[in-house]
Amino acid sequence: MRYLTSEEIKALEQKANTLRQSVIEMLTEAGSGHTAGPLGMADVFTLLYFGVLKHDPKNPDWEERDRVVLSNGHICPILYATLAHAGYFPVEELMTLRKLGSRLQGHPHRGTLPGVETSSGPLGSGLSQAVGMALAERIDNPYSSKFIYCLTGDGELDEGQIWEALMLAGKEKLNNLIMIIDRNGIQIDGYTKDIMPLEPLAEKLESFNFDVQEVDGHNIRALNDAIGKAQSVYSQPSVIIAHTVASKGVDVFERDFRWHGNPPGKGPEDRVSKGEQEAVALRKLRTLAGTIEPQDIS
Amino acid sequence: MFANHLQQNLSEETVEKIPNRNGYGDGLLEAGKRDERVVALCCDLTESTRTNLFAEEFPNRFIQVGIAEQNMASVGSGMASMGKIPFIASYAMFSPGRNWEQVRTTIAYNNSNVKIVGAHAGISVGPDGATHQAIEDIAIMRVIPNMVVIAPSDIHEARKVTLAASKYDGPVYFRVGRSAVPVVTTPESPFEIGKAYRMYSRNESHERKVGIVVTGSLLFNALMVADKLNKENVGVSVLHMPTIKPLDTEALESFAVEHGVLVTMEEHSIIGGLGGAVAEHLSETVPTKIVRMGIKDVFGESGEPDELISHFGLDVKSLISAIKMLV
Repeated sequence: MRYLTSEEIKALEQKANTLRQSVIEMLTEAGSGHTAGPLGMADVFTLLYFGVLKHDPKNPDWEERDRVVLSNGHICPILYATLAHAGYFPVEELMTLRKLGSRLQGHPHRGTLPGVETSSGPLGSGLSQAVGMALAERIDNPYSSKFIYCLTGDGELDEGQIWEALMLAGKEKLNNLIMIIDRNGIQIDGYTKDIMPLEPLAEKLESFNFDVQEVDGHNIRALNDAIGKAQSVYSQPSVIIAHTVASKGVDVFERDFRWHGNPPGKGPEDRVSKGEQEAVALRKLRTLAGTIEPQDIS
Repeated sequence: MFANHLQQNLSEETVEKIPNRNGYGDGLLEAGKRDERVVALCCDLTESTRTNLFAEEFPNRFIQVGIAEQNMASVGSGMASMGKIPFIASYAMFSPGRNWEQVRTTIAYNNSNVKIVGAHAGISVGPDGATHQAIEDIAIMRVIPNMVVIAPSDIHEARKVTLAASKYDGPVYFRVGRSAVPVVTTPESPFEIGKAYRMYSRNESHERKVGIVVTGSLLFNALMVADKLNKENVGVSVLHMPTIKPLDTEALESFAVEHGVLVTMEEHSIIGGLGGAVAEHLSETVPTKIVRMGIKDVFGESGEPDELISHFGLDVKSLISAIKMLV
């Protein structure tokens, strides 16, 4: 784990803001796709790719890289925006999202776009793949410092396969596996507490022999500390429950499950009309919801 | 006449019978010795899938996943993405039955180097009944892009299929059965992924002729049918297609042209399996009358393997009457 200075934290927060703006622009141009999850996970992605991971965007197949498995593939706009801004491919290409012939498929496809570690979309299978990666790494090098990160949604935890994978990871004591759950409390049909209650989530995960931490998913310092602790857990796999706000950063979209599967221009109109949604979102992000003047953002 | 690389003096009375899943067990152990990237995963069926030979020799490369086929498929995909060559084994009804979507997305769409082994395939599972008799597996695997689909006939061929799969870069599905089945081929018989083999050639002096296209352990019955019918002045040849995908289209087309009428045989639904594949291809290239012998869109049931084979009309006697009605 690397200690982050206040300046570094501030730079990461600004980077996350930039990524969120890309997400808004990509989704609007695509005319379909998911908004709430990508905005909510922008801080986690930023910290991972710009502060934590061992990786080389110019050599995406570098054998020694850490692996990131995005299990809830529908939030791929934030994965794509992160990869582009990290240098895996040109930022301009983000605007091809979901278009015919694009490398930016509606859900990620491994082999098409550099930096994508697996194809995902059908929920619940990413953790199993991460478990497989962690097992394979341990066979080759029991003392490896290569970490396998698996990002999942919270609604995704409804899938039985997740719990199969949790059992196997706990049984095998995969200390090179770090799962991060986007606990935003929403899924397509509504709030997770109504669709399929998950609580007591931390206790459930502990009972599967995971080291469990809960953090504010937008507090980059707290996230960094949690990842550092997860890396140092010796005899268990780790899970970080990142409490996030759906659509974080655009206050007029926040916490509304109707933004789960709609892009700007096609979202609910109670707070912003469809025609204004992209412009309002970008203005909110550039001014941090009106707290600063746009020119103050570097 | 029989192809010269088969067992000598094949007859229903004397043929040796061994489950072809044993060939998987032997082949996996051999593949594991040859290549340390080979790993094996199993869902609490280690002995009955014959994964135990590998597990005992290479405990560090064997993952006991528990009864969780969906997890096994995707764990296999994850291991393959780190350079391993995983063989994932369970009963075909559960893998690739239950975990079809994980196989499709995390293995095939990723073009992941995972080998899926469906044991206890077909109705010859026997007394366990329809819940455990996979008669749909070839169809559901064949429809997935990137997937190779193979049904070896006997223990020797299953061993060769396992070794060939370990050397092939990409997803492969193959099925093996529970019950003891005739040993038809020899360790020297040829096998390559994607190739069909003429196992019996008709007596060319017979005017009436029929071509049998067969896959899996029904090969022996097909050969017996051919041998008996040739003695009754019907020129019957047997084309064995262990690989159902990719189909050996060249061999199939010339076989169809030569015989004019084909009968397909498989321990699988007549929908979507070998019969389906042959019909699809020939209808576009060499339109041919094809009779599909297999399970005719019904579920299996309990019974002894031989009883079930007869019940579903796949024994030598029933096959002969079916063919006689054709020519």
